[in-house]
Amino acid sequence: MNILETHNVVKRYAAHTALDNVSINVPDQSIFGLLGPNGAGKTSLIRIITQITAPDSGEIIFNNSKLDPSHIAQIGYLPEERGLYKKMKVGEHLLYLAQLKGLTKNEAMDKLKIWFIKFDIKTWWDKKVEDLSKGMQQKIQFIATVLHQPKLIILDEPFSGFDPINANIIKDEILELRKQGSTIIFSTHRMESVEELCDYIALINNSKVILNGSTKEVRHQFKTNTYYVEGRGNNQHLNLPEGFIQSNMETLDDDYFKINIKIPSTASSNELIQSLIKEIEIRTFKENIPSMNEIFISSVNGENEVKKILSDINN
Amino acid sequence: MNKIWLIIKREYWVRVRKKSFIIMTLLGPLLSVMPMVLSVYFSTKGTENKTIEVLDETGLFDNKLSSTKSLSFKKSNAVSLNEAKASFKTAKDYALLFIPDFDIEKPRGIKLFTKKNVSPEIVQSIKETVKKVLEDKKLIDAGINKDVLDKTKVDFSISTINIDNEGEKEGSAWGSYIIGFGSAFLLYISLFIYGAQVMRGVIEEKTSRIVEVMISSVKPIQLMMGKIIGVGLVGITQFVFWIGIGWMLATATTGILFKDKITIKAKQENKIQVDKEKQTTQPTVEAQESSPLKFLETLNIPLIIGCFIFYFIGGYLLYSALFAAVGAAVDAETDTQQFMLPITIPIIISFIAAQYVIREPDGPIAFWMSIIPFTSPIIMMVRLPFMDASQYWQIILSMVFLIAGFVGTTWLAARIYRVGILMYGKKVSYKELYKWLFYKA
Repeated sequence: MNILETHNVVKRYAAHTALDNVSINVPDQSIFGLLGPNGAGKTSLIRIITQITAPDSGEIIFNNSKLDPSHIAQIGYLPEERGLYKKMKVGEHLLYLAQLKGLTKNEAMDKLKIWFIKFDIKTWWDKKVEDLSKGMQQKIQFIATVLHQPKLIILDEPFSGFDPINANIIKDEILELRKQGSTIIFSTHRMESVEELCDYIALINNSKVILNGSTKEVRHQFKTNTYYVEGRGNNQHLNLPEGFIQSNMETLDDDYFKINIKIPSTASSNELIQSLIKEIEIRTFKENIPSMNEIFISSVNGENEVKKILSDINN
Repeated sequence: MNKIWLIIKREYWVRVRKKSFIIMTLLGPLLSVMPMVLSVYFSTKGTENKTIEVLDETGLFDNKLSSTKSLSFKKSNAVSLNEAKASFKTAKDYALLFIPDFDIEKPRGIKLFTKKNVSPEIVQSIKETVKKVLEDKKLIDAGINKDVLDKTKVDFSISTINIDNEGEKEGSAWGSYIIGFGSAFLLYISLFIYGAQVMRGVIEEKTSRIVEVMISSVKPIQLMMGKIIGVGLVGITQFVFWIGIGWMLATATTGILFKDKITIKAKQENKIQVDKEKQTTQPTVEAQESSPLKFLETLNIPLIIGCFIFYFIGGYLLYSALFAAVGAAVDAETDTQQFMLPITIPIIISFIAAQYVIREPDGPIAFWMSIIPFTSPIIMMVRLPFMDASQYWQIILSMVFLIAGFVGTTWLAARIYRVGILMYGKKVSYKELYKWLFYKA
């Protein structure tokens, strides 16, 4: 079951198309990464999901029904930029935001107490927001986002501004929230966090979706059929079957070497192993699965390359 | 509905708790009543008595120059002017009045020698005293007896009485003036103060990006109206306090300082002693004999207060919506100038026109300006103390238009607001704003 689906969403601002027929599916109780370069359209899409703006065409389905204002209470949104009333006190501010999401004052107080203890910030209750550092404000705003236990939580660059320790805390919270039944969509540039957390991703470039699916699927899509091998026993060139391409050998410290080998799509990894065993002692053998970083760069660049070529042809 | 109420509460409390609000509320009436009270106090306070030496060569003024509370006339012992001047230089006297021998038909050559520059008031006072003696002399020379002369002096005041179907009530021209102008002034400054607060609040939300979080929880119009109503309630709270405190101060101080009469001075006065009591002969305001605030009886106080509240609310709603729209359209307070001007022009024009309307409260300018919603709050309040029951239909008409007015500006502002609050970095022009009116919701 998909907690959220967008069907052919289009959004234009004056002459610029921010979203061009964007369709994504976000499965329930998953962690979904919304990726893309700056200006790709991620924030525009997020604003449409959070009902801050409306699409020019297309529709959003939330929990199997068309998105409407009653869903506000079930969605939490943490924008990229800090957004808090500077002169308000922390506790008061959080109560205000929680009540606007539909909690009663008592419910909000109870939940806030739990979070304040969990984050160990009891002393902040009466502090003014402007007296907190950026990272502290982000923590506060995170609490405001998840306090009402929404089914769908949208985080725009949640890790920016956090030191490693606090980033880790947020990461753990995200995992915890998923365990408790929420779905989390977060948009980011930090690919390491995507690797660690996301079950599904969508990559948006120039207002279009260029990748979409579970992270496993996507990485397999980008498989290059290369394998990384560390071994010893041969220092120059391996004797491999036809069609197997090997890179240069690189000697490691302890007279082992490392090498990358690309096999044709028709071959299997076992064939490679069988061929290697004849010659060398294998220490390490693994498939080169591209990192999200590499996938991001090659997809975006690839696209841009294609665009460039097309525009060159047309000129 | 619930959400608007939450927003109103927050907007209200955050401002009412501020120290600046509490101080302004308590000090405001003090600051406005005090200067008036003090100026009246100082002008009625006696000044040090000054002695004027008189060297009178005509002989007409012996014992005739009557001393007042601040001036006493002493005959000089000198015989010649030079002698008088010499002795004056060493004496403690304030001035030396030299009256040369002249023909009573053509008095000239009177000189006042002083050690340093004196106030025109004193010169005038001396002149009046001298003049009086000469005039009396001329009348007596013409054959009029002094007692008869004294009996011709008259002192009186005119009390105004309004006649209508219900009978007669003491009227007050000045009371109406004060109420009319006072409420116009209050409305004038409150529109600026509270309109600006709304605008600043909107800009703050925009620059601090809290607006994104808010709009993911409430609709833009809820946020806009919540803020407008919240700030409006702050204004009403402040007024209630001001009127209450001001009233208490006014009755207390007028009761203590002025036992029988009040005179509110408009210009410099001449003090001439007639009989024993102090009165002024220039036109001044004299309140009725009994209570300083009795003039309020002719004014339909419930109507005036009711209308003031209505026009404050109506005018505020009309203008604050526009201020909110301006706040939403810009990125910083410094960019608001180009939009502020057209909004504030009707307010300023109303205030300037008020001075005319108060003289011609029933003319066509007054009528139209009290009907058109942009100027009606101020102008109608100016006209109100001068209206009678037969004109009350105009009030109803004006109110209907004002309601239509603020509904209209609220609609307009809402459309600009919901686009503008999320738009950053764009320098907006009027053309751009016009386009925003038609963006899809």
